[in-house]
Amino acid sequence: MDDREAFAKRLADARAKSGLDKPERGKRALPSSTWGVGLRAGVEVVSALIVGVVIGLGLDRWLGTTPWLFLLFFVLGAAAGVSNVYRLFAPRTGVRKD
Amino acid sequence: MAAEGNAIDALGQFVLYPALGQVGSAVGFTNSNLYMVFAGVLIVALMVYGMREAAMVPGRMQGLAESAYGFIDDMVVAQVGEEGRRFFPFVFTLFMFILFGNMLGLFPYAFTFTSHITVTFALAATVFVLVTAVAIALHGRKFFGYFMPEGAPMWLAPIIIPVEIVSYLSRPISLSVRLFANMMAGHVMLKVFATFVVMLAGLGTVGPVLSLMPLALNIALVAFEVLVAFLQAYVFAILTCIYLHDAVHLH
Repeated sequence: MDDREAFAKRLADARAKSGLDKPERGKRALPSSTWGVGLRAGVEVVSALIVGVVIGLGLDRWLGTTPWLFLLFFVLGAAAGVSNVYRLFAPRTGVRKD
Repeated sequence: MAAEGNAIDALGQFVLYPALGQVGSAVGFTNSNLYMVFAGVLIVALMVYGMREAAMVPGRMQGLAESAYGFIDDMVVAQVGEEGRRFFPFVFTLFMFILFGNMLGLFPYAFTFTSHITVTFALAATVFVLVTAVAIALHGRKFFGYFMPEGAPMWLAPIIIPVEIVSYLSRPISLSVRLFANMMAGHVMLKVFATFVVMLAGLGTVGPVLSLMPLALNIALVAFEVLVAFLQAYVFAILTCIYLHDAVHLH
């Protein structure tokens, strides 16, 4: 048993020395080049706006309240877009704290 | 198709037409479907053929199959946690399907099915439905608490809840638009610069020399597109994992 532990330790040391073990395993995150982040933020805002506008127009057509619900949900969509972008940059809580 | 009558036809490459002759047009089987079948067959071939021997020292195909498996396995465990292992088959299928779709589309004369918003939206909608179903199955009614962050004052609820719902519903849109826009933009750029090569080459004596510039740009673009093809499959898979994490842990 001692032998095996000694061997495991020697192996771990050797691996660390030659850099075989990645020091930060599991720290994979989304790629974060400037362009990538910029495009992602844009897509987040636009998609939230699309959802808001579609819901607003749909409810307006259903309830016959043109254009009030459209205006309301446009603002809600914009707010959701901003909160999406905020969430993009805010440190994600709860990941990997297990 | 390109440069007919000096017009740049950059969107012709996305047109659907029936594949497989008479049978295909009878059942509405398009070139897009054909490439989806290609992708599926190639993935199965890679995994089955690659792991046929399951040797201790892997050969090339086995190495490829194993690293693809290990890559997604690492991603799922790192993002969702140990209990996320049961979603591995889903994420792996999604990743491989998108990756093969993107990569197959880079071959000349090939069709890129991920450049159609209908396809990417169908994939994103599947993810959305699955994530919501998992969250409701695991947390029941508590799932709806997701739309009201803890610690926010009660009087803000009428504003926060609709905003959070819209934000939640925007996930499949952003997921699908990102993949579709990246693939489509890349292929349009390739086509435009390829058309420039042909157009400039016809400009008399200096033409062929000038046409080297868009040609060089296109070579760089193809390399870039390979990167984008992988990266977008990766982003789609990792965002699926992040959504699954939210569904399993609810913050």
